[in-house]
Amino acid sequence: METLSDRKYAKTDEWVKVQANSGRIGISDYAQDQLSDIVYVEFIKEPGDPVEKGEVFATIESVKAAADVNSPVSGIVKELNEALMDTPEVLNNDPYEEGWLGLIELSNESEIGDLMEAEDYESYCESR
Amino acid sequence: MYIPHTDQERQEMLATIGVESIEDLFQDIPDKYRFPHLDLPDGISEMEVLDQMKLLADANYSTNDFVNFLGAGAYDHYVPAAVDMLLRRGDFFSAYTPYQPEISQGTLQAIFEYQTLITNLTGMEISNASHYDGATAAAETVITAYYHFRKKRNTVILSPYINPEYIAVIKTYLQAARDINIIIPDIKSPAHFADTAMDLISEDTALVFFQYPDFMGNLFDYTKMIRKVHETGGLTASIVYPLALGLIKSPSTMGVDFIVGEAQSLGLPLSFGGPYIGFFSTKKEYIRKISGRIVGETVDEDNRRGYVLTLTAREQHIRREKATSNICTNQGLNALAVAIYLSLLGKTGLKKVASICYQKAHYLADQISSIKGFALLNQAPFFNEFVIRCPKKASVFSKKLSEAGILAGYDLANFSDNNANELLVAVTEKITKEDMDYFVETLQEVQNA
Amino acid sequence: MPEKTIYELSSSGRVGFTYPELDVPQKDLPKNFLREDLPLPELSELDVVRHFTNLSRLNYSIDGGFYPLGSCTMKYNPRINEVTSRLPGFSATHPLQPIETVQGNLLLMYLLQEWLNEITGFDAATLQPAAGAHGELVGGLIIHAYHQFKNDGKRTKILIPDSAHGTNPATSNMSGFDIVSIPTDERGNVNCEVLSKKCDETTAGLMLTNPNTLGLFEEEVVRVNKIVHDAGGLVYGDGANLNALLGIVKPGQLGFDIMHINLHKTFSTPHGGGGPGAGPVVVSGFLEDFLPGPIVEIIEEAKGDLPPLYGFNFPEKSVGRMKAFHGHFGIMIRALTYMMVQGKDGLRSVSEHAVLNANYLMKLLKDVYTLPFDRTCKHEFVLEGYWQDVPDVHALDIAKRLIDYGFHPPTNYFPLNVHEALMIEPTETESKDTLDNFADALLDIAREAKTTPQLLKEAPHNAPVKRLDEVKAARELILCCWNPDQQTK
Repeated sequence: METLSDRKYAKTDEWVKVQANSGRIGISDYAQDQLSDIVYVEFIKEPGDPVEKGEVFATIESVKAAADVNSPVSGIVKELNEALMDTPEVLNNDPYEEGWLGLIELSNESEIGDLMEAEDYESYCESR
Repeated sequence: MYIPHTDQERQEMLATIGVESIEDLFQDIPDKYRFPHLDLPDGISEMEVLDQMKLLADANYSTNDFVNFLGAGAYDHYVPAAVDMLLRRGDFFSAYTPYQPEISQGTLQAIFEYQTLITNLTGMEISNASHYDGATAAAETVITAYYHFRKKRNTVILSPYINPEYIAVIKTYLQAARDINIIIPDIKSPAHFADTAMDLISEDTALVFFQYPDFMGNLFDYTKMIRKVHETGGLTASIVYPLALGLIKSPSTMGVDFIVGEAQSLGLPLSFGGPYIGFFSTKKEYIRKISGRIVGETVDEDNRRGYVLTLTAREQHIRREKATSNICTNQGLNALAVAIYLSLLGKTGLKKVASICYQKAHYLADQISSIKGFALLNQAPFFNEFVIRCPKKASVFSKKLSEAGILAGYDLANFSDNNANELLVAVTEKITKEDMDYFVETLQEVQNA
Repeated sequence: MPEKTIYELSSSGRVGFTYPELDVPQKDLPKNFLREDLPLPELSELDVVRHFTNLSRLNYSIDGGFYPLGSCTMKYNPRINEVTSRLPGFSATHPLQPIETVQGNLLLMYLLQEWLNEITGFDAATLQPAAGAHGELVGGLIIHAYHQFKNDGKRTKILIPDSAHGTNPATSNMSGFDIVSIPTDERGNVNCEVLSKKCDETTAGLMLTNPNTLGLFEEEVVRVNKIVHDAGGLVYGDGANLNALLGIVKPGQLGFDIMHINLHKTFSTPHGGGGPGAGPVVVSGFLEDFLPGPIVEIIEEAKGDLPPLYGFNFPEKSVGRMKAFHGHFGIMIRALTYMMVQGKDGLRSVSEHAVLNANYLMKLLKDVYTLPFDRTCKHEFVLEGYWQDVPDVHALDIAKRLIDYGFHPPTNYFPLNVHEALMIEPTETESKDTLDNFADALLDIAREAKTTPQLLKEAPHNAPVKRLDEVKAARELILCCWNPDQQTK
């Protein structure tokens, strides 16, 4: 189970990596493993949409489950990784780099502080 | 009956479990309520139950005892012998839902073929494995459209010439839905729906829904209306009489987004209204939005072609409260019947039976409208069902005709008080010229009397 | 050899069925409504019969073998049901015929309503719902309508145990409610403390399956229902597991207000490869007016020699119509045939033997497979398909290996509150021999799991196809046959 230390994590298994005043978001390695083979990604938000922390950003479907991706931060959606709609398996293979879901212009940087560090998230996953 | 245990086996089993008697297995039932008396008759043998059921069946007058012109959503078509014979195979009817695909390839492939046949018939791109009936398929269509727009469009426009029972079911399904607004416009006649709908559509319209042929039998081309709905960003759907599509062009040629309806006419007996089968077809882009089971093709570990239930993540057992529908089943055996019927009739046969229905219906319509006092009300082309206006209340005629062994058609007093003098008459390939001439003669006699 | 599809078997010009010559003059067809092309296959009658016969042979079915699917009640489908349901006096009746001409049908429906009420201890019934989930929707809508009628619009929540079938929350959502989950305690019962805390003036009702999906009878069922009633809510009973209770207890007496029944489970009507079933709903008297319509009633009492006149009625505060026409009449005939053959003593014997079989089988397996709730079960029980010392072997692998032994696997991965669940329901129509053979197979598989787990991981070896690639199916979405008339697949 991989957890990268260059980003922060939400209890609902999303990560955010801050770049200047934006945050790139995605799902953790633990999440993609739980879902198993992902077959479809549906984006609920579009570029230009506002998004609140905790709001549903996308839905991920696998053969045996469907899960909501909740945005770990608030802001305006800048970009979506729409390539995932054609090759959803990338989310399983590389959830931290190629499998990024969206880029959000942050409206409230203090929210980052509420999220978990990598080691805390790892312990949290082990306890589940 | 059907319980194989011998006394000895029961004793051995109880001993293994470690209890004295079967009653001991029910200690967790509250004393007060345990082993109640059932005020019901004693069990009977197979011979006796057959006699009793025959008594009940014989207490009916079936369509075998009448010349039958009743349609209005259930049609008396001939079902080829091979259909029922194949349905009697225990490998089909005593099998369960194909959750273990490796040992359910028969069911899965049959449904896959059913899905294909429906798309071929309707001209749409995909079909699911079926809904309970045409009415519930229609209700699911409205729900699909509503969720498609993520509840941002709240208006649904229904043609008043959709089968009234279907409209009733749509309303039932939506009664608990927060904020869907159903509009059923008041229109002068069936021909006015397209124009009225075009005036009513707005950015809030999720769906415009019509029936083809409509409940009064009329065929209209809705291309212009559908285009306008699409321009405002909404969706369109049509309820269709599938057997008509053997002869008549499908609304898919008009650009409609969903084609749904009742497929009883494709190989199922009348059976007093059920079980029937709702078919549901649409464009590929909506595949993830629709409810109901879907079968897809894949391969196994040896790269052999096989079939599985797919896109199950939409369904209730995974989405639970986030599912758009709670539907847990399809009409498996009935979908098989439809697949067999369409395979048997094929390209030639379906066109043939549809043509026969069309021609016979038009003969009868001509004959009836030539009786003084009676008129054919359909201004638009019709397929095999049409409306006759009678000089007096339709019930006067249908009662007398019933006594003469004729089920004259559906009394449209049931539709509205304004239609009380009207009969909805359906003709299928089972009706002969003699039957129709007898109908006309009898009508004439009643009229003269 | 995979069976070809009807399109692959099709040959241009073949005719499978013919009609008599047209006996009326031919009119011109309306040109602007004529269909251009009809891309259906062309097969002979033998092609069709052979094709579907060969397909049927690829299926596992109750007729062919043991089918211990938990909560599905895969009991034998009696052949006499197939005869009675095909009597032409029944099958050739049109749903809209005048009621005077279908008194046989209406009496049959009336009798079925009465039998179901008596068996379950309720006062009124609707036979209209087409399936269990459909009946459940009726339940949800009645709860909604009842509270609306009492102007109690703040009741927006339905409580559902965490062991519940997925239809329960889906139905609640469709009925306009939010869901509150109630945990199961260590004995497999609803946690009454949590339930009490969560019941308040926003509670519309509880959806309870009893016996629950663990196969266990709610030991405090009367108390559970009272907690909900005291808070002003209604209790809906999911009757999927009724096969354990016939003649044993009447749910209507335990405090349930509404219940659906699965005719295709408890009352032997065929599963059909996934339908059609039927899901009648029974209610206590105070909810009778909310039932969906139409329902069958006596509309004119018997007079002298004349029998009563049966007809349809729409209850005063009905939640509405659930489908076109009257319900799955063909299924009702089968169910009533079955009930009449069983009679009152036969029905009790059904549940007694269903429960005997389940407890016997559970005893044979509990030492080798972990039994999360070690209590006398009812008609089904749940085992864990998992051993700590062979962590790579999952319930799925055990299930697939059972196929090689000639058995249909039990229900997998449900209920959700048991890890690697195997839900086993033998039903009363299976003999001790069958149960012994099944237990032996599962015990062999347990040994194989430790010594040669590959046999399980690669199972099934003996089925018409091997494990199928469900991921490929969901990613590529091939949902139609190749049709020679369409250029694309």
